[in-house]
Amino acid sequence: MAKREYSFYPGCSSQKAASASNYQVSVNAMCDELDIKLNEIPDWNCCSASIGYAEGGELPRLALSARNMALSEKFNPGQDIVATCAACWLATRETKDRLNHEDALMKETNEALAAAGLKVAANQKVRHMVEVLIEDIGYEEMGKHVKKPLEGLKIAGYVGCQTNRPFGIDGESFENPKYLDKLVATLGAEPIENYEKKVQCCGGALAFSEPVKSQAMIKDIIEAAYDGGADMIVTPCPVCQMNVEVYQDQINAKYKTKFKMPVVYYSTLMAVAYGKSDKQAGLDGQIIKATQLEAITRR
Amino acid sequence: MADVKIGAYICKGCGIGERLDAKQMMQVASRDAKAHLVREHEFLCNAEGVQMIKNDIANEGVNRVAICACSRRSKTDAFNFEGVAITRGNIREGVIWVRPNTEEARETTQEMAEDYVRMAVIEAKFMTPPSKNTEAKYDRTILVVGGGVSGMTSAIEAAKAGYPVHIVEKASALGGNAANFLRRVPQKSPYANPEDSGVAGLIKAIQADSKIKVHLNSTITRTSGAPGRFAVDITTESGATATEHFGAIVQATGFHDYDANKLPELGYGKSPNVVTQLELEKMAKAANGAVLKTKDGKEIKSVVFVQCAGQRSSKEGHLPYCSGHCCSTSIKQAMYFKDQNPTIDTNVIYSDLRTPGTGGEEFYRSGQRKGVTFTKGVVSEVVNGSDGLDVKFKDLILNQDVVEKADLVVLATGMIANSGVNIDEVKQDEPGEWKSSPESVLNLSYRQGKDIPLLKHGFNDSHFICFPYETRRTGIYTTGPVRRPMDLLQAQEDATGAALKAIQSIESAAQGLAVHPRVGDLSFPSFRREGCTQCKRCTVECPFGAIDEDEQRFPVFNESRCRRCGTCMGACPVRVISFENYSVDTVGQQLKNINIPEEFEEKPRILVLACENDAYPALDMAAMRKIEYSAWARIIPVRCLGSVNLIWLTDALNSGYDGVVMMGCQKGENYQCHFVKGSEIAQVRMSKVDDTLKTLNLEVERVATYEVAITDIERAPRLINDMAEAVKKVGLSPFKF
Amino acid sequence: MGDMNVVKVEAYRNSFLKEVEANVEGGQWVKMCMQCGVCSGSCPLGSAWDHPPQELFMMIRAGKREEVLTSSSMWMCTSCYNCIVRCPRDLPITHIMHGLAHYAERLGLAPKNQPTRKFAKLFWNNLVKKGRVNELKLGVALYFMNGLVEGIKTALKMAPLGLNMLKTKRMNPLEYVGGHGIKDAAGLQAILKKARAIELAKAKKA
Repeated sequence: MAKREYSFYPGCSSQKAASASNYQVSVNAMCDELDIKLNEIPDWNCCSASIGYAEGGELPRLALSARNMALSEKFNPGQDIVATCAACWLATRETKDRLNHEDALMKETNEALAAAGLKVAANQKVRHMVEVLIEDIGYEEMGKHVKKPLEGLKIAGYVGCQTNRPFGIDGESFENPKYLDKLVATLGAEPIENYEKKVQCCGGALAFSEPVKSQAMIKDIIEAAYDGGADMIVTPCPVCQMNVEVYQDQINAKYKTKFKMPVVYYSTLMAVAYGKSDKQAGLDGQIIKATQLEAITRR
Repeated sequence: MADVKIGAYICKGCGIGERLDAKQMMQVASRDAKAHLVREHEFLCNAEGVQMIKNDIANEGVNRVAICACSRRSKTDAFNFEGVAITRGNIREGVIWVRPNTEEARETTQEMAEDYVRMAVIEAKFMTPPSKNTEAKYDRTILVVGGGVSGMTSAIEAAKAGYPVHIVEKASALGGNAANFLRRVPQKSPYANPEDSGVAGLIKAIQADSKIKVHLNSTITRTSGAPGRFAVDITTESGATATEHFGAIVQATGFHDYDANKLPELGYGKSPNVVTQLELEKMAKAANGAVLKTKDGKEIKSVVFVQCAGQRSSKEGHLPYCSGHCCSTSIKQAMYFKDQNPTIDTNVIYSDLRTPGTGGEEFYRSGQRKGVTFTKGVVSEVVNGSDGLDVKFKDLILNQDVVEKADLVVLATGMIANSGVNIDEVKQDEPGEWKSSPESVLNLSYRQGKDIPLLKHGFNDSHFICFPYETRRTGIYTTGPVRRPMDLLQAQEDATGAALKAIQSIESAAQGLAVHPRVGDLSFPSFRREGCTQCKRCTVECPFGAIDEDEQRFPVFNESRCRRCGTCMGACPVRVISFENYSVDTVGQQLKNINIPEEFEEKPRILVLACENDAYPALDMAAMRKIEYSAWARIIPVRCLGSVNLIWLTDALNSGYDGVVMMGCQKGENYQCHFVKGSEIAQVRMSKVDDTLKTLNLEVERVATYEVAITDIERAPRLINDMAEAVKKVGLSPFKF
Repeated sequence: MGDMNVVKVEAYRNSFLKEVEANVEGGQWVKMCMQCGVCSGSCPLGSAWDHPPQELFMMIRAGKREEVLTSSSMWMCTSCYNCIVRCPRDLPITHIMHGLAHYAERLGLAPKNQPTRKFAKLFWNNLVKKGRVNELKLGVALYFMNGLVEGIKTALKMAPLGLNMLKTKRMNPLEYVGGHGIKDAAGLQAILKKARAIELAKAKKA
């Protein structure tokens, strides 16, 4: 099969030595196996996530994503833009939708982009990596590459917010999206079907500014995974992954819990199931070690 | 009628042949029940089986057909023979489908079936094929009372279907309340803007229609007769009276506005700038597009609409109900201002915004788009302020008390039905002393009163759940806001339905056929005059006011007003009322001919009288689901629990039944009784059963009356089993001889 | 910015709703709220809002300008988009909350010490400088946003976390001096400057 090519928008957190650098490592391993080629958008910039609004007005915020799209159209023409980060995807997709539907906005945006000699048509599809996997590759094909099924593992699919709302993955419901569960089953593990907090907010950026309130929500997310009998949590979003994983010590101290729940990316699971090494799967990036996955890589 | 010749037919299809001994059942039919001719068939409802019965009717003189097969509710097309009486022994749904197919149950199951065979033959013996009503007349003209939007719509629809119409309108012009409307709430997509009220168009259509005759400035001073033969006195303002004849009547007398003078706290009567919705319509219509001004000539720059003014309230003198149209009406009226000048502030203060109908929500949104403000709150007071009116209200979202200034306050007051006199309070004049009443709409000469009965809040009764257009006066159909609060669109749809019902009634009455719910039934009640004690129970209890009294106080049955429920038959203490195909004997003889085993056999018998409209179908459906119930039960369907004569109970208890279960429909305000009051009347009668039981020295547990809905598929069999349990506790009846 | 606030009060003396419609992202939707309260009930931090979205909408219609714009409520939005997908009237509630926060900030009315506001400003400044977010600088700045003493306390509390991130190579101390950035930072800044200018010109007209 010919290599599938996409215009890739990695996002700030995926950069080397950034908080989701291990996500990028596992994505690379997964794409390698599935014959996916990611062409990074040259000189891409931050999308301002969902937190740029205090200082950044509507147009400046949209201009950030428009610049990335302009660069993508220029250097990776005809390719769908693919993001691995939920916030990057959401911001870029929203910008595309609005530019496509609001002529005045399109005009103003191009006026702004012209200051750096750029222009945007917003004619490339903007997709999350999960959409590429489900729609272009398909569960069946993903299953064919499994060399080390994740047998015996119970995994809670934590979908979170921004890959789910407001756009979501085609064919999934906002209240109970199933794609992570299907993916987990495809890889030979057992999904926690009735995972109650699968679309609960983790606080997002407010984990920094409102740690007490956010950690209360994170506690529920982890507790529900334990209640469902999960060995680990899987997520498609770098903010979710970080928030749910890194504060467990603080939550334990405050709530007298004994959480030690590994939180991994879907790409981590896929890399492991596809027979990649610990390093290739980014398992060395786990603060809470996913020992059961390590056991599988060593099998 | 020739001699009674009963043919009994035992079907062996649907597994009956495997589960039951057909030969034995045939013997029961001929030897015990004395059927003249008994046959069995492998598959009675197929063409060959049906032909066999037809041959017997033609060649053997069979005129009573007892079909022992499935429930009377199945295969009605196949088992439909003209000119003969037909009864059904329910040995499928009533026996094999509700009993286990086990060796130990075989005997009791067979006994059950044999009883049903016996009952079917005996019932046939006491039945006569109904003959046609000799009073039937065919008059195609329809009377429409009221010339508002509902009435005009009914008239136009009926005329379109080819029926001549007279409209009687007490005002000097057609149009009713809606004639005052500047515009109406939109009825078509996109439901964004108020539209032409349509009243002028309706009036024009009526004037152009040669089939419609309009009597203005006129009222009805007497209505007598029955469907197909109503005689109506139409009297003009000047007192001239003409008697006209009609086949059916549509009453579309509409509503009047609640008296806002009862709302001084909302400023009505204290400031000329507090008006009702109807008054604002008149103001807007008079302004004819000019800028609206307050009474003192100031241009109106702010308007507050007070929803639920004096309605949806439990306060003394307020209306407890929602009038349904007022939220949409306020949105429409706010648009009168916004469309003219978007800077006019319009605030609709509501506690629950209700915009029923397909376009209601769209219209609400359109109001929001136009900048009408909607505030969830409750207005406590409207007073004259320093500069215009001060509206004091509690904002229910922000939970705070607010005072808002307004140039005009519009009160959304409710609808009150123009339903004439309340016949529960205003009794009918004594025979011979009948006088027309100016308060009455129809001035019926009927025994039970001059107008249509009310359900609640002064609105005319109609069968809300099953037959919304039907009133309790056959051939007279109420429509529009006299029936329940409604908006223009609903009223027009309602009026179309009422016109069709009137037509149906005319066509049925002409053939002597019943209307809902026993559609097409030819039978009607008759009575033995010599036995009658003139007690008047039948004339009082008939739910449909079908029975009048003659000068000697004997009942006068008006056949085409009758719905054939049999409540009169149940009421009669001397049992002189009967139908050709339903009488004290057709049921009484069935229950007497059931085999009551000797006490030592320890086989109780439980009589179940089940309403044919709800309880019996529920039991049939239970059978389809193979829900089992006690083998001691023997079920007899009745037209309505109201038709149950107490003699049946006394007979049953005297002949050794161990328990009796009666199943009727829900009664009371949210009644589901197909005959409206039948079930209620029955329950009143049954409340006295305990005395009967005590005189017989029997336990009160032996008789139970229940309300059973058609959906009670699991409950109905359980009630029978409960009685079986109760009998087990109190022991067998001592009356088994 | 303070001047702009005065101008707006004058222009919309009686209609805060109109002001919101003209100046706030998604503001034209506010009047379409039907007060069902699904948004307030769906918000993960609902209990932390002084005025949940439903109430904010009603306050806007009731002209409570000061109370709305100085409120900390909209700064509680986590951008989870739950309200958006559940709103039966399809109001872009998340965007309206962001828009209100931004408008309040622009007018100088936003609560000064609101932590999310501070974080959001840091985030933006961080990204504008280099075109990409430098997590370490952002983090350190965040620790010290409430002053030096508080900052040291926070830093100590967060130290084990930082160490963990360091160990797993998900944080790089060298970032603090150099770190990620885009090549054409000047171009990006020019774009943002132009975008802001267009927006301000429009705001003046509104």
